[in-house]
Amino acid sequence: MSVDASFAEVVTHARTRDVMMPGGAGTLVLVTLDNGHDHKLPTTLGPAGLAELGATLDAVLARPEIAAVAVTGKPYVFCVGADLKGVAALQDVDDARAMGALGHAVFGRLRAASVPTFAFVNGAVMGGGLELALHCHSRTVSSGVAAVALPETFLGLVPGWGGATIVPQLLGAERAVQLIIENPLDNNRMLHGRQAYDLGLADAIFEPADFLEQSIAWAAGVVLGTTTVDRPEPDRGAAWTSAVARGRAVADARRHGAAPAPYRALELIEAARDRTPEEGFSAEVDVLADLMMGDEFRAGVYAFDLVQRRAKRPVGAPDQALARPVAKIGIVGAGLMAGQLALLLARRLLVPVVMSDLDQVRVEHGIGYVHAEVAKLEARSQVTPDLANRLRSLVTGVVDLAGFADADLVIEAVFEELAIKEQVFADLEKIVGPTCVLATNTSALSVTAMAAGLDHPERVVGLHFFNPVAVLPLVEIVRGERTDDPTLATAFEVGKRLRKSCILVQDAPAFVVNRLLTRFLGEAAAAVDAGTPIEVVDHALRSLGLPMGPFELLGLVGPAVALHVAETLHVAFPDRFTVSPVLTRLVEAGKRSVYVDGPGRQRVVDPEVAALQTAEGSGWTAHEVRARAVRALAEEIRLMLDEGVVADVRDIDLAMLLGAGWPFHLGGIAPYLDRTGTSEEVTGNRFLAPGVASVPAT
Amino acid sequence: MITALPTGRRPVFVDGVRTPFGKAGPAGVYADVRADDLVVKAVRELLRRNPSLPPERIDDVAIAATTQIGDQGLTIGRTVGLLAGLPRSVPGYAIDRMCAGAMTAVTTACGGIALGAYDVVVAGGVEHMGRHPMGEGVDPNPRILAERLVDPSALVMGQTAENLHDRFPHLGKDRADAYAVASQAKFAAAYARNDIQPDLVPVAVRGSDGAWGLSSVDEPPRPGTSTADLAALETPFRPDGKVTAGNSAGLTDGASACLVAAEETARALGLPVRMRLVSYAYVGVEPEVMGVGPIPATEKALGKAGLTIDDIGLIEINEAFAVQVLAFLEHFGLADDDPRVNPFGGAIAVGHPLAASGIRLMNQLSRQFEARPDVRYGMTTMCIGIGMGTTVIWENPTAAGDDAA
Repeated sequence: MSVDASFAEVVTHARTRDVMMPGGAGTLVLVTLDNGHDHKLPTTLGPAGLAELGATLDAVLARPEIAAVAVTGKPYVFCVGADLKGVAALQDVDDARAMGALGHAVFGRLRAASVPTFAFVNGAVMGGGLELALHCHSRTVSSGVAAVALPETFLGLVPGWGGATIVPQLLGAERAVQLIIENPLDNNRMLHGRQAYDLGLADAIFEPADFLEQSIAWAAGVVLGTTTVDRPEPDRGAAWTSAVARGRAVADARRHGAAPAPYRALELIEAARDRTPEEGFSAEVDVLADLMMGDEFRAGVYAFDLVQRRAKRPVGAPDQALARPVAKIGIVGAGLMAGQLALLLARRLLVPVVMSDLDQVRVEHGIGYVHAEVAKLEARSQVTPDLANRLRSLVTGVVDLAGFADADLVIEAVFEELAIKEQVFADLEKIVGPTCVLATNTSALSVTAMAAGLDHPERVVGLHFFNPVAVLPLVEIVRGERTDDPTLATAFEVGKRLRKSCILVQDAPAFVVNRLLTRFLGEAAAAVDAGTPIEVVDHALRSLGLPMGPFELLGLVGPAVALHVAETLHVAFPDRFTVSPVLTRLVEAGKRSVYVDGPGRQRVVDPEVAALQTAEGSGWTAHEVRARAVRALAEEIRLMLDEGVVADVRDIDLAMLLGAGWPFHLGGIAPYLDRTGTSEEVTGNRFLAPGVASVPAT
Repeated sequence: MITALPTGRRPVFVDGVRTPFGKAGPAGVYADVRADDLVVKAVRELLRRNPSLPPERIDDVAIAATTQIGDQGLTIGRTVGLLAGLPRSVPGYAIDRMCAGAMTAVTTACGGIALGAYDVVVAGGVEHMGRHPMGEGVDPNPRILAERLVDPSALVMGQTAENLHDRFPHLGKDRADAYAVASQAKFAAAYARNDIQPDLVPVAVRGSDGAWGLSSVDEPPRPGTSTADLAALETPFRPDGKVTAGNSAGLTDGASACLVAAEETARALGLPVRMRLVSYAYVGVEPEVMGVGPIPATEKALGKAGLTIDDIGLIEINEAFAVQVLAFLEHFGLADDDPRVNPFGGAIAVGHPLAASGIRLMNQLSRQFEARPDVRYGMTTMCIGIGMGTTVIWENPTAAGDDAA
């Protein structure tokens, strides 16, 4: 099998020990999967690791005297599946097919063994790791396991080492859909050990304190026949068909038909009802090879790497040691954004947070919001009553800025107008200490301009959060022209303690996410202004696989905010950013969203909004809408890179993945623009070299 | 004949378990296992074996360790309770009396039971002598030497054993080696009869190659040891000495735990009553010959119980050193190979993880009681570093003609 030379497999070894089972049950050979690193580098399976496991199992199963074989993992990790880097390095379809077949050949030994085989799932188990366990005759799981998943469809694959066949045959189609479609497409949701046991993935569950000892004792009972494994037979009737239909609805709602993997997985689940396991496995290998050689999966691996690695080590962030301690925070403003920030800061940093506003009524309203949110957290048991009390006491309000005198960080969240923000910072500078970091949560204005009139412009930085602040994982950290490293380091440190992914952006209008979304929305609005119905526009763009169309997004962001950003960008780049008449009318009409609930819980365009569309003509086709929008994105990304807004197109993709929820199968957006030829057509070049987020050219 | 206790509440030994013992050191089976985890496994097995005991009925958790540092520190009785999954309402504490740690955990708990302060207590002990070598972190007061409070040899257990040979010159190396060979043989025979294994808690262990295995049998025993084998061993504590690795207990890792309860509580909860506490005593002796400790301790405990050595049908004595057992036997006029003494073998074979050993003695005595209804009284006894000894006298509930059952 040929793989890219740059790929070096961290080989997972299969180490064995003979274990004397209690009760005279005989010898159990315990196989431990271990890659020689601690839990921070979880165990994965690549070609060499699979080959070693296969050889080990051959040797073990050739021993006539043994009574059982069990597989377990190093502390905290059972096995988290195929080595993605290795899979992404596969260069042709024969290699991809061979990789699929190798997994089946190795895991099949556990399935075909003449002695009982067990998986003792002691820790994280995902993808191929779970499939390995599923090939064993029975399974135990630790109640301490925090991550059980078949995430393949999230990444652009199917569980093709047995999962797409064994899971439905073992648990029925309904549970297979939950595990293989629903959970992965729900932001890659993981199950706990207890949930996995309840679902039927394991036959016994034990506490972590003596999980392995109890699993061995349980296996002894199975070998001796004193313990029987009871599994209900799944319903292979109409429930099967309806489960698959439900899975298709889930995939449509999440991916709008744009990503092949969930649909291919559903075909396998559907067919598993009437197939032998071997027929199922053979079909899995075909599908796996197809998908592995598809650009959607390659983009998925690229996106996964950005989110898992690049997001944790922000490129361009200064030395963390430069960060100043933050023991008290001020927030100027007590509106909705300020309240969300206050709650998040208090909850994650556990330091006093002071909100200020013009009068007592506004301040009390802000505090009231925080208290109400704390009460919700408490009601959902997300914070203990003691912590709730602590959070309530941490967040206080004032009506003048004097309360900020000893703050280490002050964030302004006032009205989006440069003059107001300049005034706020000027006032603050008279009160706060010389090293207090002044941050702005502006979504579009210039950080440099805001700092220009200050005595210490070097302490001003942008901290751009996304609404809803508690949910969206991205923070754009904006370096103004004069921002110094300690200020920037403090901003990154705060972002990290808030458990956000931070990217460094230069001070350019609307930074990254809002600039691209606004350009995108601008094209959508232009289509509407040309007479294209709003539904047609949203549908055309959602069909890329986006979580929502631009007009649906407008309801979430708020038309007024969107208009403000559009106007700012129009001033900066008048030839590319227009202020759409329909958007202006929407704001003037006081509309908060575009869609309303129609009959049968269908979301339909608000008739009053539809009436604001006054354009003559039939508008554009869906194809035209999509083509113009993606061309605009390609153009804008190239300009942002040329301007140096971010260091690398990867940061744009990361920002769109985390800040806009754009899907893995698009790789954010640049891999999609490359693979459709849009980037070359519009800008003359690809954004990423072939093979980075696509199938390498051979 | 039983001494009347103030409240009339008789403390009983309900059940006891221990981990298999391992050789201390980097090659030992527990080299990479934490000490607190060893006790946790024992405590959990104890509760699994006694499902009729509601965990919230446990009044305290007393865990002994000699070197209360690192994974043997942090008020180990409390942390073990939390790690074992006991309700948070169950308290715990740490105990240290060197080699008699577990023994002291049991007698202290029994004292509280007799007083009426406790109904049920988990008592246990652990010593990971690989992770915590004897003497780790000690800081003896300089007055000890300056004022000659004790002989310098008193802090090195092997030297105290050599001192004992000096005091009893007729207890020669030949007799010590012969005793040691017999201990190995008795222990091997007990294993062959499956007398030991029922009270062992298997422990998952991870090798240096990452492979998980299972420790389910004791590692230290050397079955088949002969006197010729022992004659060849070095005498590390003195040139031309008599104490060797073969006629003393090796450095060992292990943990033990047991349930003690008021007899009435045990009966009400449907728990077994495997031994009844009759009396116990601790005494101090000259630190440089700490091995004689069991002699005065036994005299004292017998006196409190109103018994004589002739009433004692089974004796579990900890074999820190063969010479120390021989001195005890000679004092009470017992033969070196008296069948009442350590019928399952002793620490010379299985090892002596200091603060864990006391409960091993109790486990073995209680198993012997089960098989010997003809024996009414037995005792567990041990010598203790820095010059002490202890003896606990137990009554066999299965004894024929037992009017208290």
